[in-house]
Amino acid sequence: MSAAPANLGEASVPRLAPGVKLRHDAARDRWTLLAPERLIVPDEIALEILKRIDGKTSVGALCDDLATTFGAPREVIAADVLALLGSLADKGFVAA
Amino acid sequence: MSSPRPEPPLALLAELTHRCPLRCPYCSNPVDLARASAELGTAEWKRVLAEAATLGVLQVHFSGGEPLVRADLDELVAEAARLGLYSNLITSAVLAEPGRMQALASAGLDHVQISVQDADPASADRIGGLKDAHRRKLLVAAQVREAGLALTLNAPVHRQNLDRLEAIIDLAVELGAHRLEVAHVQYYGWALANRAALMPSRSQLDRATEIVTAARVRLKGVLAIDYVVPDYYAARPKACMGGWGRQFLVVNPLGEVLPCHAAPSIPGLVFENVRDRPLAAIWADSPAFEAYRGTAWMAEPCRTCDRREIDWGGCRCQAMALVGNAGATDPACARSPDHAAMVSLASEEATREADDFVYRQIGGLKPA
Ligand code: SF4
Ligand code: SF4
Repeated sequence: MSAAPANLGEASVPRLAPGVKLRHDAARDRWTLLAPERLIVPDEIALEILKRIDGKTSVGALCDDLATTFGAPREVIAADVLALLGSLADKGFVAA
Repeated sequence: MSSPRPEPPLALLAELTHRCPLRCPYCSNPVDLARASAELGTAEWKRVLAEAATLGVLQVHFSGGEPLVRADLDELVAEAARLGLYSNLITSAVLAEPGRMQALASAGLDHVQISVQDADPASADRIGGLKDAHRRKLLVAAQVREAGLALTLNAPVHRQNLDRLEAIIDLAVELGAHRLEVAHVQYYGWALANRAALMPSRSQLDRATEIVTAARVRLKGVLAIDYVVPDYYAARPKACMGGWGRQFLVVNPLGEVLPCHAAPSIPGLVFENVRDRPLAAIWADSPAFEAYRGTAWMAEPCRTCDRREIDWGGCRCQAMALVGNAGATDPACARSPDHAAMVSLASEEATREADDFVYRQIGGLKPA
């Protein structure tokens, strides 16, 4: 089952929960996170994180990648990533 | 009344058939059920799916009746996957042969929603009107999880099962469901005919709300619970379907395009058919969609209300059923002049001793 967000750390390997899909919505030209009866339109930061969730990449590696790509301080990125993943795990979108 | 071009819909409810082995007394299918020979064929459904995807639909819910009675279900699921649609199967889950869920998962199905009638097998089978149905559902739920599919359990609740809500929540956890929908029965179609046997009491509802609140905390990260206070005891209505003709469309087994699966309960609405016109054209300007789209149709108190673009005046079918006017404010709203009458009707029917059901059947309402 999905781990409680408290257990989420740099070593966790997040994946989208079963039944959750990230896809481009051509008609509206935006990305959407689709789940049963629910739909989220992620903001730009959330989208960058979600696109890197593949069930293989650890939270740590994901933060490294984002810090390099966006030239931002890694500890700021890590805090954002953990907060976002925690809230997505609570809502059942992400499992770790 | 015609407004700027409507935003494209997000979801399609594909009612593949009205056939179903169960006979739930609150079934949301119309009282006049369509027969198998009148159903859209495989090629027609594929065209509907393609047109829906082009129009902007993201999610398709395969429903019925019981969609598993359609031999072409796997083919339709595969087509939805090919088109990039998120697909959900809404099933009573008593018909699935071993391996059926695995086959649907391989075809690209994303999610399964199984309805349960109760946590107590004898009561569940009585409510669904089919012997041994509950036990078979549990087997199919296990199949769903083995196939790696996400599972939602949907529990329509009412007076005759609400006292077992805790057991229903436990059942959802045992079955490995990710989500539980605790859905209060909505009173139109078959449920309207059974209202006096289904209406819960105020104290039952308060207890249910407490149970859900506690379970949500306890099961955080394990089971998400969807729960909405039933209309009859709410102060503000729900935005039914997210607003008429705003996000959602239904294609029924005959190919008629509806703004809501209950819309046939509103006399005078004419539904266009996918056999006659493209889906996009029907969505854009079909009179049945235009009738209650937006806010132009509203009368007071909705017309000048600050919530009119939040709940869009509530449910048209409920206004029809209770006030006799589909253009009236939903009586679930405390601002409706009919609200007090609705609340007293609910409390009166909740105390009836009449627990007998009128079961759903092809051929319409007949005395039991
Ligand atoms: S509500 Fe019951 S009778 Fe109606 S379609 Fe669903 S399972 Fe069948
Ligand atoms: S008056 Fe109409 S718009 Fe206002 S809250 Fe009630 S139903 Fe909604």
